Amino acid sequence: MLTAPFEFRRASTVNEAADWLQQGTEVKLLAGGHSLLPLMKLRLAAPAMVVDISGIPELHGVIAHDGVVTVGAMTRHVEVVKNPLILAEAPLLSQTAAVIGDVQVRNRGTIGGSLCHADTAADLPAAVLALDAQMVVSGPDGVRKIPASEFFVAPFVTALGPQELLVAVEVPSMPSDAVSTYLKRPHPASGYPVIGVACWVGYGGATVRLAITGIGPTVFRAAEAEAYLAAHGLNSSSIGEAARLAAVHAPVEDDITGYKRQLVSVYVSRALQHTAKGKN
Amino acid sequence: MPEVLTTVTMTVNGQRVARSIEPRVLLVHFLREELGLTGTHVGCDTSQCGACTVLLDGEAVKACTVLAVQAHGATVTTIEGLEGTRLHPVQEGFWAKHGLQCGFCTPGAMMTAAYLLSQNPHPSEAEIREGLDGVVCRCTGYETIVRAVQHAAALMSEVSETSGAEDVD
Repeated sequence: MLTAPFEFRRASTVNEAADWLQQGTEVKLLAGGHSLLPLMKLRLAAPAMVVDISGIPELHGVIAHDGVVTVGAMTRHVEVVKNPLILAEAPLLSQTAAVIGDVQVRNRGTIGGSLCHADTAADLPAAVLALDAQMVVSGPDGVRKIPASEFFVAPFVTALGPQELLVAVEVPSMPSDAVSTYLKRPHPASGYPVIGVACWVGYGGATVRLAITGIGPTVFRAAEAEAYLAAHGLNSSSIGEAARLAAVHAPVEDDITGYKRQLVSVYVSRALQHTAKGKN
Repeated sequence: MPEVLTTVTMTVNGQRVARSIEPRVLLVHFLREELGLTGTHVGCDTSQCGACTVLLDGEAVKACTVLAVQAHGATVTTIEGLEGTRLHPVQEGFWAKHGLQCGFCTPGAMMTAAYLLSQNPHPSEAEIREGLDGVVCRCTGYETIVRAVQHAAALMSEVSETSGAEDVD
């Protein structure tokens, strides 16, 4: 399948990419291409200009400083899986990246591309939401940070302005006692999560984070279940009630048969059981 | 909109090639139609089946989901470039263990297997299955593909043991 014709540019700096974004024509940024190119091949997207941002040095690299891991937007999933800093400071992010698509997809797809594409059924939004990550965004008015909780606005819609690009993701380091799990039910044909649950527990059980992707219109936190677990501790008797709370309060749509809420209950329960056993 | 041709240069199977192409040309079409390397197949064309898998700078990628312009300056290895002076152990393995039926997925399966073994020379059976997750065999001949990769891994470790015989051990 051929995409519609487009003008191709390579940006070598963030400013250069920003200049092209401000040209007024429909411009799309190309990172690894594993979200954008399938859409363009199906002609669901037909940008007049495609700007390859893979050669921008500022978008690459992973650094840890002051309790935060900064992951460049062009970091590929395979690198997120193996990076020693991410494995040490924010292992939930690596666990999630490890089950995206398949080997070939993880070799090309990038964290920035996946997050900006904001597919309802993407894996990474659950991890960045559970980790309270900040999106570092560059635009005409300089650099700003958008919390993950405000970034995913609607299916395929983010809080990014039309002339902004994602530079990096800042992930707060998880505490040393943190235990985390990402558990998904892959769609048998596509591999995308029908539901994906990212969770971690730390600070002696005082902090519990549960973020759920795939099943709602956007990724969401199971706040009621988190609060219940923080108050009652994570144990075999609290998991059932937490799963029930997550299912009852899940913002799922068109769930006439109750299947979606059932999946939320079952997968939250399983993810918490894995976490309670210290399994990753 | 008239398309402006873009020049791409890359090294394919050891040979440097340069072409002026439309930016929308996919790497798989570049390989097959510009270079005549039809060993790389187009299967689903939606980055699911893996029949188009090639190595891009040594990493397995689906060439139907990469623009040729994205491979500018890169090194590409296709199934035609897998063997050196003799068959690659993965090719030996597929031959010895009947790792193909219709053969349509075979180029992609072999490139994916070669990549797996380059990353993990001694994979467990579970690791082989995980490594081949991105390859769909329409004949469902997965069992023999797994055996083929196990055979290839054994051949490769024999070769490395033999070549290392004069060293410390």
